[in-house]
Amino acid sequence: MNWNFDVLPDFIFNGLSLGAIYGTVALALVLIFKATTLINFATGELAMLGAFLVYVLHMEQGIWLWLSMLLAMLLSAGLGVLIERSLTRPFDPEDHLPVVLITLGLFLIINAVAGDIWNYQVRILSNPFGKFPDWVPSVGGDRFVEVLGSRLKYQSIGIWVTLALALFILGLILNKTKAGLAFRAVSSNVESARLVGVHTGRTLGFGWAIASAFGTLGAVLVAPQLGGVNPNMMATILIYALAGAALGGLDSLGGAVLGGILVGLIQAVLVTWGGVVVFGQLYMSILQLAAAFLIILIVLLFRPAGLFGTRRVERV
Amino acid sequence: MVDDVFDEVGLKVENLHASYGAVEVLRGLDFEVASKGVSVILGANGAGKTTTLRAICNMCSTSGSVVLGEEDISRAGTADIVRKGVAHVPQGRGTFPELSVLDNLMIGAYTRKDKEVKDDVDRWFEIFPRLSERSDQLAGSLSGGEQQMLAVARALMCRPRLLLLDEPSLGLAPLIIEDLFERFTTLNKETGLTMLVVEQNANLALDMADYGYVIESGEITLHGSADKLKNDPAVQEAYLGA
Repeated sequence: MNWNFDVLPDFIFNGLSLGAIYGTVALALVLIFKATTLINFATGELAMLGAFLVYVLHMEQGIWLWLSMLLAMLLSAGLGVLIERSLTRPFDPEDHLPVVLITLGLFLIINAVAGDIWNYQVRILSNPFGKFPDWVPSVGGDRFVEVLGSRLKYQSIGIWVTLALALFILGLILNKTKAGLAFRAVSSNVESARLVGVHTGRTLGFGWAIASAFGTLGAVLVAPQLGGVNPNMMATILIYALAGAALGGLDSLGGAVLGGILVGLIQAVLVTWGGVVVFGQLYMSILQLAAAFLIILIVLLFRPAGLFGTRRVERV
Repeated sequence: MVDDVFDEVGLKVENLHASYGAVEVLRGLDFEVASKGVSVILGANGAGKTTTLRAICNMCSTSGSVVLGEEDISRAGTADIVRKGVAHVPQGRGTFPELSVLDNLMIGAYTRKDKEVKDDVDRWFEIFPRLSERSDQLAGSLSGGEQQMLAVARALMCRPRLLLLDEPSLGLAPLIIEDLFERFTTLNKETGLTMLVVEQNANLALDMADYGYVIESGEITLHGSADKLKNDPAVQEAYLGA
């Protein structure tokens, strides 16, 4: 065995930044799960669509990248509201099967439509964190800083800061606004929410909106790691995000983020770095995917509520 | 204390039917709650008491007319009925376990747009000091009695015209029940808030109420003033344990 500790920080940095992206997508899953206890399988494809919106706005129309991202997040949020209103609200919320099937159908439809419009080639999308901006003093290279003898990429730092900022804003929305309070109330007890006059449908639409915006953010951040955008870009990311959400607890927003980060770390350190140690070469993608399924399986077997999820315990 | 907070309004229910799926639970109820009055619905388990309150709020499939004051609310959705001034404390309290005590009260005022919400929170904290002490705790961690207080306070945060209480005594210790019912009586006397109470504890309920209905298998079989019902041999035998 070859314990190559010199490169370990590289893998940790990489794991933490991939994990942050999984956490962002996991958050989109959990936002909808918390309020409805159902998994939106279209989360990844909606996010992919959002990334293509950025592609159209920025690469084709030449709009400033950050403005394109903001516009795409708003458009995704609008699409989320539309989907909630037209495709999920007509169904009995107690009956999960129809809505889960609808989200699976959306998965296929969005993927096919995107494939038809943009075909399945990878299209380059500018990296919001490609090079350090000019005002940052030179710190080694223009794309990284040296930490512990390893290269900490500007992209990783950018992803962490963006996610932290997005989480802060989400916290403000959920804890300081009336709509956020209503969302938490619906997540906690739908019937009682109605009994205080909350229109639960509109509140769920609000959840879909935020979830879709977060998904788009995740897709834009992950695109540079995949070489760009393509209609299948989110398929495996969604599975890693699901593993993260299951690990953190499907009804815990903080748990989703931490779970996603943990999955990224497990992938990078245990599977990839560990794989190199044990087998002497990279077995990246296959092992990583298997590890994600293994995580889901182990969590469901031994701790169905996840690390930070709540098993509903109440005093009566 | 707070005379001008609650508008008094009566409730008039005619030919109310309700069903869950194919099972008809209410088979044409007629009853009224006088403005500023307290009416009680007595009945055994499964008679349809809870369903009656749920039907008023359109929480199950219903037919018939439900008139609040002058307005027919039988076709309105649950959230809109609440906006028209009906507060419902469901069986099993219906608090939001994952929300703090304070947030439970704040969401109770969800329909309000005035600037006095904070004053009302302070008022209910003053009346229920236990809740004030636990303001930041999650509601799910409160004891049963505290949760019932919270459920009532939350319902009153919307400044209702009519308060529906579903078995408020369920699962509580006798001393706590007595205290709770005293508070209900005070609330009604001091504010004129109209109340409709469903209760298995007939003694307490009839002491508080001025009018009562007995419901059996989804139909009203007996009604009259609270005093009359207390002295009715059939009621005494079936519900008062005499």
